[in-house]
Amino acid sequence: MTETTYLQAITMTLADAMRGDHRVLVLGEDVAEGGPWGATAGLAEEFGAERVRNTPIAEAAICGIAIGAAQSGLRPVVEIMFIDFVTLALDQLVNQAAKAHFMSGGQLQVPLVLRTQGGAGQRGAAQHSQSLEAWLTHVPGLKVVMPSTAADAAGLLAAAIADPNPVVYVENKTLYFRREEVADGREPVPLGRASVVRPGRDVTVVALSRLVHESLAAADELAADGIEVEVIDPRTLVPLDLDTIVESVSRTHRLVVAHEAVTHGGFGAEVAAQVQAAAFDELDAPIERVGAPFAPIPFSPPLEDAYLPGRAGVAAAVRSVVSLGPAG
Amino acid sequence: MAARLDGNLGLELLRAMWRIRVFEERVGQLTRADEVHGLVHLSVGQEAVAAGVCGQLRPDDVVYSGHRAHGHAIAKGAPLGRVLAELMGRADGLCRGLGGSMHLVDVEHGFLGATGVVGGNVPLALGSALASRLSGGDRVAVVFFGDGAVQGGIFIESVNLATLWRLPAILVCENNGFAEFTPRSAHTNVERVSDVVAPYGLPRETVDGNDVVAVRTVFARFLEQARRGEGPMLLECLTHRLRGHYEGDPQRYRQALAAEEWQQLDPILRLQRRGVAEGWLGEDAPSLVEQGARDEVEEAVRFARESPFPPAAVTVELVYAS
Repeated sequence: MTETTYLQAITMTLADAMRGDHRVLVLGEDVAEGGPWGATAGLAEEFGAERVRNTPIAEAAICGIAIGAAQSGLRPVVEIMFIDFVTLALDQLVNQAAKAHFMSGGQLQVPLVLRTQGGAGQRGAAQHSQSLEAWLTHVPGLKVVMPSTAADAAGLLAAAIADPNPVVYVENKTLYFRREEVADGREPVPLGRASVVRPGRDVTVVALSRLVHESLAAADELAADGIEVEVIDPRTLVPLDLDTIVESVSRTHRLVVAHEAVTHGGFGAEVAAQVQAAAFDELDAPIERVGAPFAPIPFSPPLEDAYLPGRAGVAAAVRSVVSLGPAG
Repeated sequence: MAARLDGNLGLELLRAMWRIRVFEERVGQLTRADEVHGLVHLSVGQEAVAAGVCGQLRPDDVVYSGHRAHGHAIAKGAPLGRVLAELMGRADGLCRGLGGSMHLVDVEHGFLGATGVVGGNVPLALGSALASRLSGGDRVAVVFFGDGAVQGGIFIESVNLATLWRLPAILVCENNGFAEFTPRSAHTNVERVSDVVAPYGLPRETVDGNDVVAVRTVFARFLEQARRGEGPMLLECLTHRLRGHYEGDPQRYRQALAAEEWQQLDPILRLQRRGVAEGWLGEDAPSLVEQGARDEVEEAVRFARESPFPPAAVTVELVYAS
């Protein structure tokens, strides 16, 4: 075992991929300098300016160039510094990258990884803190990945780079410096496979990204009251490992879905709809969703703290679903 | 007075333009007959640009285009029957009927694709040029776009990056004076696209885009430079869209050209007049070339009509590559 951080896991995986495959290149704003958190630190020194390319602040063109490079045989990893700015690249991502394989009748492939990071909690206010993953999951042709741990950050990134499709890889800025023991010998984590992070018999909590850790904390608190929570991290939103979630719900008969994004139209709605379609008879209580209120993220620290979904919200939702229906 | 054109080259250019002209006119008929579906943008009148550019490219050079792309795909080598089958939504279409007129792709012939989003493919060509350079080859990427694409942000983002990174890409603007239904003068104060990019310092030329030899001559120079890694360059071709923005466009925003005026502009008639004057084109040769194109297009129509519609399952099968 080695101690590492989520951020170091990303850097290491990028370097491994670039060593192992000369077609892999990294491009984005300030990537040669390592970027604001250091995710690409050291890559320019090892691989040179041709393969670690600083770009102007022009998200649409950066993304378009990466798509074209991918269609002509490279494996670009493009960084959009904040997911809030993916808005500027959405035409390229949605209209070009996602549909090229389909619209060409299978002739074109776009083996592109778009790395970006989201999440609030650092007083970044409404334009540097969003969780916009649900938009991306709505687009056929894109895969969407959200790692919550260092091990998964490494394993999912390796799998994303190896994938022949465009993959949006969404990091969370508050997880970057979380320390974690990871197994030696890095293995890719297959896209589309959920992880049961904590087993439990009473309630299933499907949580994304930062909310995985909040849900684990809530589970510890609830265990003291005799409520055993099973926490599942889907890790990949598209394709979604519905089987693992449904198998869990068919044992616990209760489901809470938790993410930091605005609840309204969030990915939790999709999980809830898919689970009730697949396992309606297994549910003993309505599915609860935990997410942010339908409002932009406020700047003022006490307001932002109050806005952010976390451990308390997950615990309250679990208690609510446990209180309904037949006793577990 | 320009030097006499080589007769073989003249005939090759004439054939290339007639193939596009006849194909496009036939597509117009088939659209009205509801055999070709959807939004169809024809390039009648603009054939000299496709023919003057694509005829010089190697199969491994790549071409990207916009929504008015049939001519570019054909000039790059896409088989007429498979292009038409695509426009008709058939299984033997270039894209198995999943793309349609605005999304033609023919990887085998280096036509990496059209797009329905104005300006959307300009950066993709640059990415392909980057891939060429990183692989150490001398493959060149070409992107066609209209003057309507130039006022959008991604165009300037792309020109900036292409020049900053010195990418082996040639940007070919077909300036037909109309952005969809609106004259260029209503969208910008900059009349010439080559002036828009002037501050970036790239080689740029504005040519008579209805003179196929002029297009070919300047493009040849740019191509040679791009092969040596000296890109990017911009070639602006002043041309004329004889038909509406799309098939069915009532064109209330402009007056049709008088027939005599069009006779002076028509790139095909111009080359034929030149060929006759220079003695490399016999009096009956134009009609033979035209008829050859008509025969080829009718064969394409038969091929496309015989092709079945694709099975419904293909829609969900091709969302992801595996």
